[in-house]
Amino acid sequence: MMGPSITAYLILAAALFTTGAVGVLVRRSPLIILLSLEIMLNGANLALIAFSRYHGELDGQIFALAVMAVAASEVVVGLGLIVAMSRRRLDLDVDRLTTLRG
Amino acid sequence: MGDVLVWTVWGAAAFACLGSGIAVVTFRNPFFSALALIGNLGALAVLFLLLSAEFVAAAQVLIYAGAVMVMFLFVIAYLGGSATEPPTRVSSWQGFAAAAAGTALLVEILLAIGLKGGGRLADEADVAQSFGSPAGIGRLFLTDHLLAFEITSIVLLVAAIGGVILGSHSRAERRASRTATGGGPQTPDDSWSGPSGTVPAGLPEEASAQ
Repeated sequence: MMGPSITAYLILAAALFTTGAVGVLVRRSPLIILLSLEIMLNGANLALIAFSRYHGELDGQIFALAVMAVAASEVVVGLGLIVAMSRRRLDLDVDRLTTLRG
Repeated sequence: MGDVLVWTVWGAAAFACLGSGIAVVTFRNPFFSALALIGNLGALAVLFLLLSAEFVAAAQVLIYAGAVMVMFLFVIAYLGGSATEPPTRVSSWQGFAAAAAGTALLVEILLAIGLKGGGRLADEADVAQSFGSPAGIGRLFLTDHLLAFEITSIVLLVAAIGGVILGSHSRAERRASRTATGGGPQTPDDSWSGPSGTVPAGLPEEASAQ
């Protein structure tokens, strides 16, 4: 069975990662920045699993599962910060959160 | 015949993946963005299945598209209208810089793939039928990667504690929200060195409670 090669998966992973990166750079709502971060992490996960399949080793899949756990932690903390921001009546706009600027 | 089927499934999943990814980035309403991300995760699970990573695909659908995204949707519903991005646009130099950075990133990754792996990535290893099964992954987690497994559980525990702390009302915050409606000291510091400096510190808080 000759499906798409690993290179095709890697190119797709690169495109996904770039989409997420552009989203992080362009958007200003912290919620959508978190969602774009998820896309970046998933692009990395796709590359990991493609390499795992290429080498015939399961270690890449283990790594992908660890990335998923880290992504879940990141979402918990990020959403907690966003809820705390909205409770303090701050604008949900990362360009206006300049209190920590030196 | 099998090739055509695999290529068709791959093409559909890749198209859905990229399309929903672009939708996540471009939608203004975060609720629709989150729904598009669920589609993105589902399409990725199909790609994982094609790479014979059955357990990761199942975990992706259960944990990511299920639990994590439901939490996202709850938070977006909690925030309500304030979650929608204000209509002011990004300045032009920011947009230009983001487009340039994104293009540079994509070109860089593609060059790395093409130069480093171009010819060698064609023939992948032969794997057994049970490659990516829960049994194999569980065995690896409990033998070779036991330390990573335990550290992951600690990371999740710390994140859960952090989420509880961030989400709970702190005392200073309660006071701020009360004084915002009833007037009075604006910050905790003011209540300590207010006009009635002789009053014990705990008293104003209890007096104004209810």
